[in-house]
Amino acid sequence: MTSYAPPAKRLGLVIDLDTCVGCHACAVNCKEWNTGGHSAPLTDLDPYGANATGVWLNRVHSFEAGEGRAGRTVHFPRSCLHCDEPACVTVCPTGASYKRVEDGIVLVNPDTCIGCKLCSWACPYGAREYDEDEGVMKKCTLCVDRIYNETIPEPDRVPACVSTCPAQARHFGDLADPDSAVSRLVAERGGYDLMPELGYKPVNKYLPPRPGRPAPPAPPAEPESEGLSGFLGWVDRMLSR
Amino acid sequence: MHPAASVIVFTVASGAGYGLLATLALLAAAGAIAPSLRLGLAGFGLALALITAGLLASTLHLGHPERAWRAFSQWRSSWLSREAVAAVATYVPAGLLALLFGVFAPGRGMLVLLGLLTAAGAVATVVCTAMIYRTLKPIHAWCNRWTVPGYLALGAATGLTLAFAVLGACGERAAQPVGLAALLGLGAAWWVKRSYWAFLDDVPAASTPETATGLGRIGKVRLLDPPHTGESFVTREMGFRIARKHAHRLRAIALIGGMVVPAAFVAIALVTARPLDSIAAALAATFALAGALVERWLFFAEAKHTTMLYYGATSA
Repeated sequence: MTSYAPPAKRLGLVIDLDTCVGCHACAVNCKEWNTGGHSAPLTDLDPYGANATGVWLNRVHSFEAGEGRAGRTVHFPRSCLHCDEPACVTVCPTGASYKRVEDGIVLVNPDTCIGCKLCSWACPYGAREYDEDEGVMKKCTLCVDRIYNETIPEPDRVPACVSTCPAQARHFGDLADPDSAVSRLVAERGGYDLMPELGYKPVNKYLPPRPGRPAPPAPPAEPESEGLSGFLGWVDRMLSR
Repeated sequence: MHPAASVIVFTVASGAGYGLLATLALLAAAGAIAPSLRLGLAGFGLALALITAGLLASTLHLGHPERAWRAFSQWRSSWLSREAVAAVATYVPAGLLALLFGVFAPGRGMLVLLGLLTAAGAVATVVCTAMIYRTLKPIHAWCNRWTVPGYLALGAATGLTLAFAVLGACGERAAQPVGLAALLGLGAAWWVKRSYWAFLDDVPAASTPETATGLGRIGKVRLLDPPHTGESFVTREMGFRIARKHAHRLRAIALIGGMVVPAAFVAIALVTARPLDSIAAALAATFALAGALVERWLFFAEAKHTTMLYYGATSA
């Protein structure tokens, strides 16, 4: 059955929209690692042509929110949120899509995927991309081939996007553990879910941009000239005409 | 959503096929049509051919059609899997019924049993097809109470109109009541689609660019830079856009060409004699199927996916 038990761990990402600078390094390193990793290859079609297109598991959008001084430009990385209620898993007719019991990571088995694309329709976040060359669906694996990989140094055992972020806007950890660094970060900064109204219960959380600096005090008003008299008063009246 | 030809042909052909199959199966069960080779081939044969062609078309959009057999395994959670299981399961009573009806002279008890099982299987399969769409929360145009009635009504309307044409051509007396039922079916389809489109125009989706990004706390959200300058799978699959002007024209074409015109031809066929009635009935079936294709194309083309909220869409 394409169902899932409540996972023991809820591994996921916490993305800080306050510090993300929109450099796309996470997306590029994701592509670099994963085109040789669990979901390899991340096929590019017509890579040097006019209509280059290909599979990416992480995409960085830039938005404007609000108006005027209260408005902000926010860079917004988007990838699989490894939801607690992953409809992409339950709609899968073959069982190729699954959510791991041990850590909650949502993966695709490329050997049993029939490429019907229904999971991509079921994902509100656009996290799944179809590989036309391979005929199967690809998605973020939370770098399952890095985070448990004992052949690489311990500090590198985090998703590629996290390891490469120059602004440290991406954090990885267990969101089921209330004492983990990521859970504390979410609690302190008011981390939130994307499209909570759909009920997918994403594991990944986004930290909102911090409030902007208050507006600087208004410059002091022009000194009044009403009190001037005599010659200076005459100059003031002449210049004010 | 991208209107893929394979899925449009599949849902229209199988909907009409199951509608025709259910009609004939119920008529056989009720004893309203007598077993004959001609009706077995022209009626049940046509129904099974439409269903089979539709199912084969549906495998065309798969990345790995050779693995399609795996789709029978996840019926406990997936409506697509349930559809596959229901479709194959329906072949058993339907195939037996077609064979016995066309070649042998089965007893009433057997006809009743197989007829009811076949009709139930046909309806269940169409419901499963509709539920695939009905349960997709990111697509407001599908995840609503009009989707299942829409698929059932269109299947009934096209199936009954086809059945009317086939029965009339075979000179069956059952053609008369089936023609009246076809008028009801076409009327139901007209009402359901009108209601669906009113719903689509009036009720906005819950998700917005503000909920998709969580930045509504700052203010109105608009896209500044997309993540890529070209197309991607996501923008091709979910980003299909149709001008409102064309959508409204196509809605009218589907309603008039696919429901009003066929109903008029059915009515003409009901009151005229041979050969005029056969021609009118054939035209009714042709218009109904063509209209259903337009309706199904719109069902996809008008549907918006929440993912496009990340790509500058202002509503989902």
